[in-house]
Amino acid sequence: MAGGGKSPASFGEPASSDTPQSRETRRGFLADASRYCVLAFVAGAGGFVAGRRGEANQLVWQLDPDLCIGCGNCATQCVIQPSAVRAVQFYPLCAMCDICTGYFDVSYRSLDTAAENQLCPTGALIRQFIVDQAGVPRFEYHVQREICIGCGRCVKGCAMMNGSLYLQVQHDLCVECNDCSIARACPTRAFRRVPASQPFILKRKARRLLGQADK
Amino acid sequence: MIPSRQATWVAPGFRWFWGKAALGLFPPLWMSACFGQSELVRPHIPGYDSPDWEAQLRAALPKGAVWEYADVAFLIVALGAASYVAIRARSRTGLLVIAGLSLAWLGFWRQGCICPIGALQNVALTLADPSYFVPTVVVLLVVVPILFTLLCGRTFCAAVCPLGAFQELTAIAPVRIPRWVDESLGLFPYAFLGLAVMTTVCSGYFLICHYDPFVSFFRLGANASTWIFSIGVVLLGLVIARPYCRFLCPLGAIFRIVSPLSRWHLRIPPSECINCRLCEEVCPYNAIRRPEEGGWDGTSQKLPISNLHLVVACCGVVIAGVVSGLFLGPVTSRLDWRIQLAERVWLEESGQVVGTTDASDVFRKSGIPVSQLYEEAAKIEGRYRWGCLLVGLWFGGVMAAKVLQLSRSPHRREYEPERGKCYSCGRCFRFCPLEQVRLGLIDADSIRVYAKAAEKDKARPT
Ligand code: SF4
Ligand code: SF4
Ligand code: SF4
Ligand code: SF4
Repeated sequence: MAGGGKSPASFGEPASSDTPQSRETRRGFLADASRYCVLAFVAGAGGFVAGRRGEANQLVWQLDPDLCIGCGNCATQCVIQPSAVRAVQFYPLCAMCDICTGYFDVSYRSLDTAAENQLCPTGALIRQFIVDQAGVPRFEYHVQREICIGCGRCVKGCAMMNGSLYLQVQHDLCVECNDCSIARACPTRAFRRVPASQPFILKRKARRLLGQADK
Repeated sequence: MIPSRQATWVAPGFRWFWGKAALGLFPPLWMSACFGQSELVRPHIPGYDSPDWEAQLRAALPKGAVWEYADVAFLIVALGAASYVAIRARSRTGLLVIAGLSLAWLGFWRQGCICPIGALQNVALTLADPSYFVPTVVVLLVVVPILFTLLCGRTFCAAVCPLGAFQELTAIAPVRIPRWVDESLGLFPYAFLGLAVMTTVCSGYFLICHYDPFVSFFRLGANASTWIFSIGVVLLGLVIARPYCRFLCPLGAIFRIVSPLSRWHLRIPPSECINCRLCEEVCPYNAIRRPEEGGWDGTSQKLPISNLHLVVACCGVVIAGVVSGLFLGPVTSRLDWRIQLAERVWLEESGQVVGTTDASDVFRKSGIPVSQLYEEAAKIEGRYRWGCLLVGLWFGGVMAAKVLQLSRSPHRREYEPERGKCYSCGRCFRFCPLEQVRLGLIDADSIRVYAKAAEKDKARPT
């Protein structure tokens, strides 16, 4: 590397190599040289990585709903409590059932909003009556994001029907761990990094419904 | 580290596995789990508009990288300030204030993630996985502290690293441990660095994040075993200062290589050392070295062995490293979840265990042939074998360097911090009588007493 020691001129004079001064000089020169080498290496390597493989866009964690089995780890393993994972409702896929398997516990006593009939432990799902279509009551189910804890019970329930309820990492809540601790614990490894510009993963069915090409 | 053909294999394999799984193999899984239902069609209700499904997702968009840029800006400012305070202003109080600020910002406010230590892995992953792009700020998080260390010594560790700051501020009653213990345990970070890079490259496994004892404090949340580990490290740190920094931190291992080259470095006395020995025992990190006659060009052998024996010893430790690397490969490959899965499936298939796990259930329902899983696992294990071999070589090299270092002493005219090990914490300042004169705490004349005592000591054999 260019640069050199404090007085490089004296370096390389073999005759004086035994005096303490020249020893100091040589040491200084070697130190400077290795310093500049490491400097160049670190800066170069950093520049190379940033230039070749870097991107301004962040990567964020997201879970693939097609791989999720609603095991419940999302609620318990996230580093923040309540979890950054919440359920979302993909309305176009929901069949607006009266007997919603995502809303009602299998052992429900009556089809009403009493807590003991509900699957959701926090009562985060709203069952909204829409219309009576020729004797068939139609309901819309909404997730109250603020109350949901991401336990995935409704997801598991809804999967028996259309699977319109599914879990997604909420990026405004997620602290973007370098190594997502739910991802570590996920039994099906449904978590992966996605670009922040496309931070959600739709179900395949949902993509088809929207006429999007399969990725 | 790893031949590129193997290295680039990570992502395609991953994509293959889940790509196939995502291709509709999972919906049947659900359906077979229940009563053979068919998909229900959403009813058309005249005059009723469905809610906008995207509205929920719009509420949950990422915050953007603004904070990450702020972090890097903070990092640079804090590093500049810490270097100035350590080297010029010589104030431990100042360093502690900066440490407090860093801990508050990078630790508790930004929740200690992503930190420069963990960012090492992201950079390593970038080199191995073509589908992984590292944000530029993350590269800066690694490069900036290393460059500063090259210039000013480990001032990053002194006051900017949130983990270091945490430990520095909680080292309430530090005791000095014997130097040989310190030096031996101090080899572990090199091994950890090698292992962490290796697991990242071989299977994207972030080893450093798994053993970060402080992140549970920063986020005030972790599971029980992590809490036990974290609290243990902090309790240890009350008496053995900076246990993580000294015995685990992989970035610290890089610093220990880089810091000896630092252009400027903190000095114990503010002016020329009078060799009064008062600082000799005060560094809790065993970093203070006494004056010695020596140097590579002098006759400064410390170990009573010949150069030939030295070379043989070095070769010996390198070989020992490689051999242990050979044995380590199959063991460490268990960290990879695909290998765990393959092992589980194999145990189930061969009837050695009863019952299944979630993972093996999902795997079976994915319809992927078992042989393919085994094949993939074997490939990954192969990568681990190579990786561990290289880690063994690396660690053997580190140990050989240590042997060489132990055999010679560098030339020193005054009491100096050993730059690789000194955290620039500034504890030793106030023990130096010259510093006390500088601060006006004692009379300049009293220095003579110390100087005289030092003269007397010189006559003493060391
Ligand atoms: S059941 Fe669980 S995941 Fe579903 S809405 Fe309730 S809390 Fe959220
Ligand atoms: S990255 Fe961290 S905060 Fe986000 S979902 Fe995973 S564990 Fe939770
Ligand atoms: S040794 Fe590691 S953990 Fe300690 S202060 Fe330095 S970078 Fe931080
Ligand atoms: S500044 Fe360095 S030498 Fe002085 S006490 Fe701190 S670590 Fe030890």
